[in-house]
Amino acid sequence: MPIVIRNARDLALILTTIILALASLSLFGSSSVRAQSTLAHSSDLDRALELFKARGYAETMKAVDIIAASGVPHAPAILTALSKRRVYLSKEASIAVYRTDHKYFDFQSAKQLATKPEGMKSVRVNNRVRNVIKAALGTLELRAKDPNLRIRAAEVIFKSKDLSVLPTLEKLIPQEKNMRVKQALEIARAALILATPDTKSAAAVDAKLSAISVLEARSNQIAVTALSPATQSTNKRISDAAKLAVVNIERWLSVLGNIQNVWYGLSLGSVLLLTAIGLAITFGVMGVINMAHGEMVMLGAYTTFVIQEAFRAYAPGAFDLSLFVAVPAAFAVAGLVGIAIERGVIRFLYGRPLETLLATWGISLFLQQTVRTIFGPTNREVGAPSFMSGGFDFLGLAITYNRLWIIVFTFIVFVALLAILKATTLGLEMRAVTQNRRMAASMGIRTGYVDAMTFGLGSGIAGIAGVALSQIDNVSPNLGQNYIIDSFMVVVFGGVGNLWGTLVSAFALGITNKFLEPWVGAVLAKIFILVLLILFIQKRPRGLFALKGRAIEA
Amino acid sequence: MITRALFNLSDTGSRIFLGILLAVAVLVPALNLLVPETSAFHIPTHIVPLFGKYVCYAVLALALDLVWGYCGILSLGHAAFFALGGYAMGMYLMRQIGTRGVYSHPILPDFMVFLDWQNLPWFWYGFDLFPFALFMVFLLPGILAFVFGWLAFRSRVSGVYLSIITQAMTYALLLAFFRNEMGFGGNNGLTDFKDILGFDIQAQTTRATLFVASIATLALSYIIARLIVTSTYGKILIAIRDAESRTRFLGYRVENYKLLAFVVSACMAGVAGALYVPQVGIINPSEFQPANSIEAVIWVAVGGRGTLTGAALGAVVVNFLKTTFTTGLLAPYWLFALGGLFVCTTLFLPKGIVGTISSFIAHRKAVKQQAKDASENRIPDAAE
Repeated sequence: MPIVIRNARDLALILTTIILALASLSLFGSSSVRAQSTLAHSSDLDRALELFKARGYAETMKAVDIIAASGVPHAPAILTALSKRRVYLSKEASIAVYRTDHKYFDFQSAKQLATKPEGMKSVRVNNRVRNVIKAALGTLELRAKDPNLRIRAAEVIFKSKDLSVLPTLEKLIPQEKNMRVKQALEIARAALILATPDTKSAAAVDAKLSAISVLEARSNQIAVTALSPATQSTNKRISDAAKLAVVNIERWLSVLGNIQNVWYGLSLGSVLLLTAIGLAITFGVMGVINMAHGEMVMLGAYTTFVIQEAFRAYAPGAFDLSLFVAVPAAFAVAGLVGIAIERGVIRFLYGRPLETLLATWGISLFLQQTVRTIFGPTNREVGAPSFMSGGFDFLGLAITYNRLWIIVFTFIVFVALLAILKATTLGLEMRAVTQNRRMAASMGIRTGYVDAMTFGLGSGIAGIAGVALSQIDNVSPNLGQNYIIDSFMVVVFGGVGNLWGTLVSAFALGITNKFLEPWVGAVLAKIFILVLLILFIQKRPRGLFALKGRAIEA
Repeated sequence: MITRALFNLSDTGSRIFLGILLAVAVLVPALNLLVPETSAFHIPTHIVPLFGKYVCYAVLALALDLVWGYCGILSLGHAAFFALGGYAMGMYLMRQIGTRGVYSHPILPDFMVFLDWQNLPWFWYGFDLFPFALFMVFLLPGILAFVFGWLAFRSRVSGVYLSIITQAMTYALLLAFFRNEMGFGGNNGLTDFKDILGFDIQAQTTRATLFVASIATLALSYIIARLIVTSTYGKILIAIRDAESRTRFLGYRVENYKLLAFVVSACMAGVAGALYVPQVGIINPSEFQPANSIEAVIWVAVGGRGTLTGAALGAVVVNFLKTTFTTGLLAPYWLFALGGLFVCTTLFLPKGIVGTISSFIAHRKAVKQQAKDASENRIPDAAE
């Protein structure tokens, strides 16, 4: 059936249907999974209960294994209780409870019982059973149902180098179905093998050599530590292989470190670009020194806060959509304020850049104090939607979603802005007014209108930057102040009136900053950048990509 | 030479300004020290350093007016020169504390003992001597201004670009002085001063003396600035302000003229900072804040750019307003008032208070002259 959207109401209907469908799907999915897992646990515990009924040590040991493998959250409590003879069966062995610190809990559901149950007998254990329980407790997490828990357990073993776990690992690895867990287990085993004392046997040497190659594949700092006993091995083959592996890993780590720096630099650069790009319009294209630019960013961030509050109050379920509403809202708020500033103040000051600077500084103080009066001087809490929280590991690079989305978002904004300047009438008029104001006016372009729109556009983009910044910085009335000098630096470095120059300079500054930081620390890196910029401006007073021609001698 | 200098100072504005300074320099200490506390005319002791602070700001404004009003260099980094002078004086005052600090170390200031430093850093040597510290008060801002100006003016960085990089300069210094490793007390700066030249810094007479010294500095700075702007050199500065390229094409080395003015102005700002520190009792990195520099610019704008007396007046008026606002119920509205002041001054009072008054007087004179000419039935001179 072809869907024809005739009007806005149809569109709304369709969107609502889709959202409702998605929501119910996710609800249904999660509840069915939950039901399944409870089912699995209780059947395991039922089997254990059956085995307890037999009241023999051999059966009890089997029951211990089953409980350990069941992965129920209260399995450790049950096993600890069992080793102290604190698991009790009713006479007909249909009900079981366990005791921790004088409190009784139901065997299956782990619910605390209100009263002490009467007429129950404890399950007997001997030292052999206790040993089995001890081993099971040590590797309990390795048998957990949740693969993430198993991976974490493997990592704990990897760090602890507890040699007693080795047999259990050997037993578990062939059984493991999940590839990620299997990998983690193998790495843990490799670390344990390398930690065992040297022997002459050929099999042991081979085992160690293969362990070294497993660790080399892991390639991180922890692997280097795990390899360190092997580098001191008396067997030359082992020590050579281990040393080579360490060298390889360290080379890879330094490459990785550089890539990570580039990533951080891209992230910082995108923030710089977002805040500077609006300025590149107002300062670069119009030649207006807008010291209130930072406050436009701040207004955008506060708009995000207000929108999110509205979502929290009226539509908490759709909170993830709040940012999508905040972007146009921030653009509108900052853009309108920008237009008001341009029409109210700046237009009287064209041709007097230094006065413009002072007036806009005054406006920035005014806006800061207004926001402080309305929202208070303290930081405001802006939440992150679910798709922006967390992160993932990409070939050893730690990548957080909020930084990733901000980079993507920055590029979208940049491309959109280029499109506006190149492909719309307003963009054409803007460029005309920039190149030759009087000629443009003679051609019938309303320069006053174009000025207001251009300033509104630049301010609106600053507002959008505020939405992004609200995700990574504190939303306070001083938010804008922290970015204004950096933004000016980016624009001046890139060359005034050139968006591509702004792009290059933002990323160049961001990446340089992040490469300097590990050497000299964050503050000194920033100072270095500022000094370098001051020196650079001496060399090229009009920036990296200066406009050529008569326009430069303003 | 001297007679010409005296002639240059004999205009009405200068006479009124220097007269007021003399009166204040006599009156404030007298009302503070000689008049009994019960009298209505008594000036409380805590007010004297406050006035002293205004006077230091006036010197800073004067320095800024010299470069902005007469040379067109809008420096947004004059707070850096002010703070550097202040730090030089602060270092002298720190060395004077001696064993009276919390840790009673004979040489190291408290914060260095706290950071577990063993020796005095090399750049702290000599600051126990007042003449050396005084020399540094001039030298440090002077050197910074010379290096910065030499680089900037030679490559013809001007206008707003210069403003932006001067702002970057003071911002970089702000960040640098915040670091403990710099050896200037980091975040807390230098404070807990005990005495200056052997006199207790808290004493009534010391405060009065510092106030008089500030007034004297203001008067001297005014005389220097006035002599500069009325000399041939000053005329060329004004030419540079109004048409830089044209002046260059006439054969003047514009960058050298600008550089000299910039360095003199920076030294003046440094002295202002040095007098500010003992009266306020603390110097910390926040003095480097770009916002402070911009605020200094608005003092000049309010008083009247390119008038010298106006700059000093603007500094006192705006700071008096600031004190009144920030100490009372009106505190939350101070930034509104300041912001409004920025906007209104640039929009409606481009010449500032003094500039507007003097152009009003000039206008009245011209009207009178015209009336006189008309009554004498004479055709006005074309040159007028």
